[in-house]
Amino acid sequence: MSDVAIPYSVKPHPVTGIPNGKFAIWLFLASEVMLFGALFSSYILLRTGAPSWPHGADELNVPLATVNTMVLITSSITMVMAWASLKMGSLSKYRLYMAATLACSAGFLVIKYIEYSTKFHHGHYPSTSNFFGIYFTLTGLHGIHIIGGILVNAYLMIFTGMWKTDREHFENRVENAGLYWHFVDLVWIFLFPSLYLL
Amino acid sequence: MDDKIYGYWLPVDVSKHGGGIDGLISVVHWFMLLLFVGWGIYFIWVLMKFRARPGHTALYQPVKASFSKYIEAGVVVFEAFLLFGLSAPIWAKYKNDPPKESEAVNVRIIAEQFAWNVVYPGKDGKFGRTAPEFVAADNLIGLDPNDPDGKDDVVMVNQLHVPVNKPVITTVSSKDVIHSWNIPVLRVKQDTIPGARIPVWFEAKETGHFEIACAQLCGLGHYRMRGDVIIESQADFDKFLAENAPAAPTAQAPAPTAPAQPVPTPPVAPEKKVTETPHH
Amino acid sequence: MSVNANGHAETADAHAHGHADHGGAHHELPFWQKYIFSQDHKVIGIQYAVTALVFLFFGFTLMMLMRWQLAYPGRAMPFIGSLLTNGMPGGVMQPEFYNQLGAMHGTIMVFLGIVPLAVGGFGNYVMPLQIGAPDMAFPKLNMFSYWVFLPGGVVMLSSFLVEGGAAQSGWTSYPPLSDIATKGQTVWLLAMVLLITSSLLGSINFIVTIVQMRAKGLTMWRLPFFVWAQFVTSFLLLLAFPPLEAASVLQLMDRVAGTSFFLPSGLVISGEVLKVAGGGNPLLWQHLFWFLAHPEVYVLILPALGIVAEVLANNIRKPLWGYRLLVYATIFLGFMSFVVWAHHMFMTGMGTTMSTFFQTTTMIISIPSVIILTCFLISLYGANIRFTTPMLFAVAFLPMFAIGGLTGLPLGLTASDIYLHDTFYVIGHFHYVVAPGTIFAMFAGIYYWYPKATGRKMNDTLGRIHFWVSFVAINGVFMPMFFQGMAGLSRRLYDPTVYAHGRGVQPLNVVISWSVWLLALGQLPFIWNFFSSIRGGVKVSINPWDSTTLEWAAPSPPPHGNFLTDPVVYRDPYEYSVPGKATDFSPQFVEG
Repeated sequence: MSDVAIPYSVKPHPVTGIPNGKFAIWLFLASEVMLFGALFSSYILLRTGAPSWPHGADELNVPLATVNTMVLITSSITMVMAWASLKMGSLSKYRLYMAATLACSAGFLVIKYIEYSTKFHHGHYPSTSNFFGIYFTLTGLHGIHIIGGILVNAYLMIFTGMWKTDREHFENRVENAGLYWHFVDLVWIFLFPSLYLL
Repeated sequence: MDDKIYGYWLPVDVSKHGGGIDGLISVVHWFMLLLFVGWGIYFIWVLMKFRARPGHTALYQPVKASFSKYIEAGVVVFEAFLLFGLSAPIWAKYKNDPPKESEAVNVRIIAEQFAWNVVYPGKDGKFGRTAPEFVAADNLIGLDPNDPDGKDDVVMVNQLHVPVNKPVITTVSSKDVIHSWNIPVLRVKQDTIPGARIPVWFEAKETGHFEIACAQLCGLGHYRMRGDVIIESQADFDKFLAENAPAAPTAQAPAPTAPAQPVPTPPVAPEKKVTETPHH
Repeated sequence: MSVNANGHAETADAHAHGHADHGGAHHELPFWQKYIFSQDHKVIGIQYAVTALVFLFFGFTLMMLMRWQLAYPGRAMPFIGSLLTNGMPGGVMQPEFYNQLGAMHGTIMVFLGIVPLAVGGFGNYVMPLQIGAPDMAFPKLNMFSYWVFLPGGVVMLSSFLVEGGAAQSGWTSYPPLSDIATKGQTVWLLAMVLLITSSLLGSINFIVTIVQMRAKGLTMWRLPFFVWAQFVTSFLLLLAFPPLEAASVLQLMDRVAGTSFFLPSGLVISGEVLKVAGGGNPLLWQHLFWFLAHPEVYVLILPALGIVAEVLANNIRKPLWGYRLLVYATIFLGFMSFVVWAHHMFMTGMGTTMSTFFQTTTMIISIPSVIILTCFLISLYGANIRFTTPMLFAVAFLPMFAIGGLTGLPLGLTASDIYLHDTFYVIGHFHYVVAPGTIFAMFAGIYYWYPKATGRKMNDTLGRIHFWVSFVAINGVFMPMFFQGMAGLSRRLYDPTVYAHGRGVQPLNVVISWSVWLLALGQLPFIWNFFSSIRGGVKVSINPWDSTTLEWAAPSPPPHGNFLTDPVVYRDPYEYSVPGKATDFSPQFVEG
């Protein structure tokens, strides 16, 4: 119903060089950096203040997490490919790569689920210790970000009507979703060593 | 208690370190007053002089306000003086230069909802070990019954006796939530952080009977987490310790006055009467 | 530029000029799209403002209840006491209810009142108009922000109804107390997550709009100061709120999943050892909380300074003195507000290095505040001051904000803070900043922009009554608090007369309480004025204050899409009394 034309909602602004949406997503990511930054700082503070802290590799499943890291990196690559396919004008390829991205994301969650249920099975809950508390909180919050990304990406894969009516706008949306997805990836790249390896 | 010592400004200061704090407070307030009155006179003057009226117009050209620059610079310089000339040194002297433990009266303060447990090490000069698992209705601070150091510890509730003219180190901690160890007349305030033991010291220069207050919201009984501090001569203090030393077989001292209410009870109308008598 | 009081005629005129994309007001939207789920920044702004005013008034009534207990501890409250049977059996307030009222008063005033009014209300309504934009960059997101904020507020208030009542650990929610508090605290945290999300989305929208959508010719150095204030505020919201979100998540985990992020080992609660893993750190919360909450203070102040700047410039009839200095000071203030947070924690056992660092940054941050105030004061020199109703509030803001700022000095210096920390002196200090300060600025803004939103002016006589009663009463409320604090009285005491030093200053509590109730009475003319002027106010032209900024180029009220022709900006924002001009104001949007 928005019949008010918003300037630079599709075309880049002459001075900043980007359209509104991309600007917004960068700002959003800046706030996400502060969110995860605060959580990482809390982790560091709790860990340095603790008399003893378990070695991540002794408590957590490093091979599974390594696989998950690969899965997530792959999904980032397919996300870029999806956007590139759009730029080259192939909607079918775009759909294919987007499906691959979604498959990887779902795979990530499945592996995460296996990890979680093994932990629960062994009686390891967030309340067990601050190590597990931090582990579940950080990976859980990251998991919620993954689910958010899946919802957005699935929407963009299924509803491609805009591709025909407003091609540049659609490409922008996919690019922005990609930026978000890379960020979620990046968070995992930080989480993996700091939780599992250190 | 003598209500007259408390008025509408700073109460009497009976600590040796408090002079610096009071001095800073009064310098800052004179400075604030000077600035505010100066601004205020100018403010009222411009409001009257430049009010809209027939024939009066505004000046488009910005005024050259070099005078204000001097004032601003003056403010900055004075703030720097307050900071580096007064506040930081006073704080550093107070925090970094505590009396030696061997020369001071050492007291452990264990806060809980809603009482102050005051522990003296007893004759041996050593505090008994405390641990949460030993906490019971007759052992509020959780003294380890097997620790010989704790046998002679004197435990009081809401009553801090200290000798005059001798440094006192109160090491504060908390059993449950954050409280704040606040003795206004001694210019002492320290949050009690659960999981931490923080020493805070003072040296009283006058005898008397004053108040301990909790300065940090700690629950529904925060308002009645009140204690008494009794500053007395060394002789009286020694007598107090001797009278309250635990009887030989048990580790606990009876809490002689003002029983604590660690379990939240439905509040009664707060007591208004002052039970204590002036101590002078 | 045709100046016409009748907005509808102008819309038709614009349509004739072929600005089809601006003719949104013509397609009659269904009621729910026009007024409820609206995407028009002006409707959303009004939604925010009215909701926030209701919350503010609610938060104020909580304080009025507390004030009875403080003036007459333990005495049954007449009439009202008998209605609140839960918190006040027999009309006598209970300490747990007192603590709930205190925590909720702070939370409501800050997160549900002032921020939504200053940013959501004024920012949303005025900022796009002042930059000549047709709307916010993301109208749907804007709507969404409001519809996340409102449930957040409702959830927050509903916490009074859960078992054990609302949150009662203060608006700062320090653990371990908040970790072991009743269920209301969980509701508080959930509501905070909603409110934070709303603020985050709003701030993104604001920044993008200000950067990308300014009218032709409107460079950053030609922006009205209000827009600058909103710009810096948005960055503070964007970057300071996520750490509180993180902290809220951690506290939620502590309360719901049994973690012990904020719980050290070996806690004994009411004689029972707390069964948690332990190993946490209660100060972690304070660091995360104040990392948000100090920038938050500037979120409360900066929009107010922005409003005061607009109203001052308009009523002194000359350019603001030191416009660029004001902007630089504001940006500097924004940066510095991220490195002063631990001055709220001087009494937590901080070492000398840390305390010196934070008291130094605190003294530094006072400098831009002094500069801003000085710029305003110098602007008054050589002016032609009109004492309109909004101007009265803006003028009164200056000395009261100064009191608030000055009394921050002894609190920011560690040595004097030893004595004053957590006393009523603190309460007096920050209330002078946000109540006689920010809220007076909000009133100035309401009287000032009301004609833009409705096409009518609010009644001046009622406005003056509102001003004088509020001015006298609010000083009666907060000035005595400094003396109570000086006497050493702690804050958050259900019954101050338990202490001898409290009994000494108890007469002041009676003065304060009656001032509070007088202040409440003083708001009645405002409430009546606000609603009755919608239909009964005097109709005015689209630029009734002879102002220079862009919002006065749009019809009153502006249609969906705001401007009839795309505005072009030709000059600086406050070109008043330019020599050689026929009028004493040269609007930004008029050529030549």
